[in-house]
Amino acid sequence: MKETEVNELAFLAKTGNGASGKQSWAEDVRIAAVKPMVERTTVRWRLAVTVLTLVVLAGIGAWMYQLAHGLGSAGYNDQAFWAVYIVDVIAFIGVSYGGAVISAILRLTGQSWRAPLTRLAEGTALVTVIIGALFIFPHLGRPERFWEILVYVNTSSPLFWDFMAIGTYILATLVFFYLPLIPDLAIVNGMLGRSRHPVRYKIFKALSLGWLGNERQRRVLHGAMSLVALIIIPLAVSVHSVLSWAFATTSRPGWAETIFPPYFVIAALYSGTALVIVVASAFRKGYHLERFITKRHFVRLGYVMAALGLVYAYLTLADLLSEGYTGITSGWISQTVSGRYAIPFWFYVLAGEVLPIAIVAIKRTRNIAGLTVASIGVVISLWIKRLVIVLPAATQPLIGSHWGTYHFTWVSITITLAGVAAIPLGLMLLFRFVPLLSIDEMEEVGELGSTEQVSEHTVAAQELLLVGAGASSDVGNGNGHGSTNGHRIHATQSEVKQ
Amino acid sequence: MRKLSRNRQASDELSLIPQESCAVSQQGQNCPITPAAPVGEAAGDDEKEFSRRRFLTMLGAAAGAAAAIGSGIELLSYRAYAQSMSMTSKGGVPDTNNWSGDSGMTGSGAADMASTLAPPTHQWAMVIDLRNCNGCQSCTAACQKAHYLTPDQTWIKVFALTNSVGQTYHMPRPCMQCENPPCLHVCPVHATFRQDQGVVLVNQDRCIGCRMCMAACPYEARYFNWNSNVKYPPLPVQATPEFPVPQREGTVGKCTFCVGNLNHGLLSECAAGCAMGAIYNGDLKTDVGVNSMGTTIKMSTFLYDNDAVTFKPEQNTHPRVWYILGHGQSLSTDTASAS
Ligand code: SF4
Ligand code: SF4
Repeated sequence: MKETEVNELAFLAKTGNGASGKQSWAEDVRIAAVKPMVERTTVRWRLAVTVLTLVVLAGIGAWMYQLAHGLGSAGYNDQAFWAVYIVDVIAFIGVSYGGAVISAILRLTGQSWRAPLTRLAEGTALVTVIIGALFIFPHLGRPERFWEILVYVNTSSPLFWDFMAIGTYILATLVFFYLPLIPDLAIVNGMLGRSRHPVRYKIFKALSLGWLGNERQRRVLHGAMSLVALIIIPLAVSVHSVLSWAFATTSRPGWAETIFPPYFVIAALYSGTALVIVVASAFRKGYHLERFITKRHFVRLGYVMAALGLVYAYLTLADLLSEGYTGITSGWISQTVSGRYAIPFWFYVLAGEVLPIAIVAIKRTRNIAGLTVASIGVVISLWIKRLVIVLPAATQPLIGSHWGTYHFTWVSITITLAGVAAIPLGLMLLFRFVPLLSIDEMEEVGELGSTEQVSEHTVAAQELLLVGAGASSDVGNGNGHGSTNGHRIHATQSEVKQ
Repeated sequence: MRKLSRNRQASDELSLIPQESCAVSQQGQNCPITPAAPVGEAAGDDEKEFSRRRFLTMLGAAAGAAAAIGSGIELLSYRAYAQSMSMTSKGGVPDTNNWSGDSGMTGSGAADMASTLAPPTHQWAMVIDLRNCNGCQSCTAACQKAHYLTPDQTWIKVFALTNSVGQTYHMPRPCMQCENPPCLHVCPVHATFRQDQGVVLVNQDRCIGCRMCMAACPYEARYFNWNSNVKYPPLPVQATPEFPVPQREGTVGKCTFCVGNLNHGLLSECAAGCAMGAIYNGDLKTDVGVNSMGTTIKMSTFLYDNDAVTFKPEQNTHPRVWYILGHGQSLSTDTASAS
């Protein structure tokens, strides 16, 4: 059953470029991208979706419980007035930033190897920003009055600007996800035709805006994508700056720090890059994308992540050092470094800085498995780091010396886990409806370009070097699959369009 | 008002220059307040009695109804609340959505509402004489009882602090009713507003429970309603920002200065409950303050003579609450974050 479907897909994916009877690389891309949309779901997939859905439902149930019993049931009290949920908001919107900005920067700098990653990165950005924004609701004591922010506008409140920034950013992420999707929707419609799924055909037809792939359309689309990529970077910077100002505009020691905006921005980038690695790794395995997403991709992303990690470590030090040295209002620092928040803080230092950077630095561990472990460590410990940013300043005594305590309860843990589960769930469902890979972009840069940096100027040279010298193209395949890859560079090189 | 802004400067420099002498009319008003349990020296009773009446006459001028109320603070205050509540409502139902249509400073809704009570002939303030505070926390208890607060909700909280020579002293901390309130500026929906008598209030029918104000208040003066299982007895009046009882779950609450009491010539619950007379309710307009012992002070002179300070002046909040030190205390931030 499954086999026939794949064969049928292979037939539908014919691009006409395959020289022999074997599938061309471009056809493989199409099959891999579209397969999750049309193939019958596997038992494993269904099991995963069921479990994740149950976790999300449990979270919604916990939220209902919280609505009935009050925020106190989530462990809050007057000295720990901000805790888990605002950490969730920051952390989820933060990881979203990574997906969007990584994709945008790679696009703007013309990194052709981004092509197999962009759809995953942008999808992750979209899913996580929505989840992050939703965490505002359990955070509020009166979520049903949320609309008032737009009606009784107070422009001097940082929260109003948070709201504006997050709203704009969600829109931008949506557009940023949609634009590169336009050609793919047309391609999918061309492949699958109307009869298979008339409703999808109609929707895709409408959404692809009559895409034919001619010169003019390409020019317009590229222009639009560059523009959005250009906009989304400062926009994301502004979102995280504004989020940080919700803390930094108070007078609390530990929050009222001038370093906060870049601190938050870098944390977002760092954890976001890590999540892109985790997602890429998971989908590579689960959806068999080994051929398209290679060790090279992971290593490059790993370098980016390690660099951001170093910057973040530097900012953390800068935040703690000057205030800690003078000792003015430094209660929160001693509690962070050696007091009640020491365990989570040093966990971050270990799992969020030392370990991942070591893994990237050491050649033996600089592989897909190692980088995945490092990234998981980064994502988790940056959530914890945010907690260590939020809690000490919130629970510190502004008068007297009594420290408050935040108690985790099953309510807040369940709701947070539901958010975590919603990421893979959202992505799995998303790629049931839209192609998993950016087909058009990958075809545009070709097989070589999808793993290596290929530009107008380098194509000729690389062709000469790699093909002319008869080098085996294992550069692009860290993890086996070398044999199936073969020498199809000639076939795909013709598709590299400038 | 000019006088106000002068006071604001003065609060930092501790030089409250005596302003207009109060026009005092003493005729005929009965003192509506009987101290709950006056403790301390009985000396100068006559004079105190006299001056107390003088103060309350001035306070009471705007609220003639209050004069008719009998004696006994607890009883009294409750009836005063009930009265003030029925006066604030239109047809018995408080139009709470009308509060603070715009920013709190000159909130038109708030001004309307307040003007039915009393024109802003008062600018409420408080003086806490730390020399007299023995840390008994009866102010906290009185406040919690009157407002049906949970034990955690210490709208006025007595902190045990250490002075420069290691001795313990006590410092009650109500809401400072800041003239430049950070809690108000950060509220995204104008749920926090400042009415025209200088009292910062929360409209719990509007508050979305974001707790931004709790983050912004430098005095930890705000308390959230975390749990839905708080039981309130049936009350004859509906909650208003002035008297938020019962409080709404999921919103924030704080000291209201018992502005309803003040406008009816009554002391705030904490001031009335303080057996030591450490807490004075004051009015910057008439320049008079009074405590539960009936001691009446001329605010400006009293603050000036006793080197009154505000708490955390570096926060630029311009509190309406002044402290009189006297035991080597320093109300500075390093006391706060030590250890
Ligand atoms: S003390 Fe706090 S709650 Fe009271 S007015 Fe000042 S900032 Fe607001
Ligand atoms: S908790 Fe309520 S009063 Fe405080 S800032 Fe938020 S909406 Fe305003």
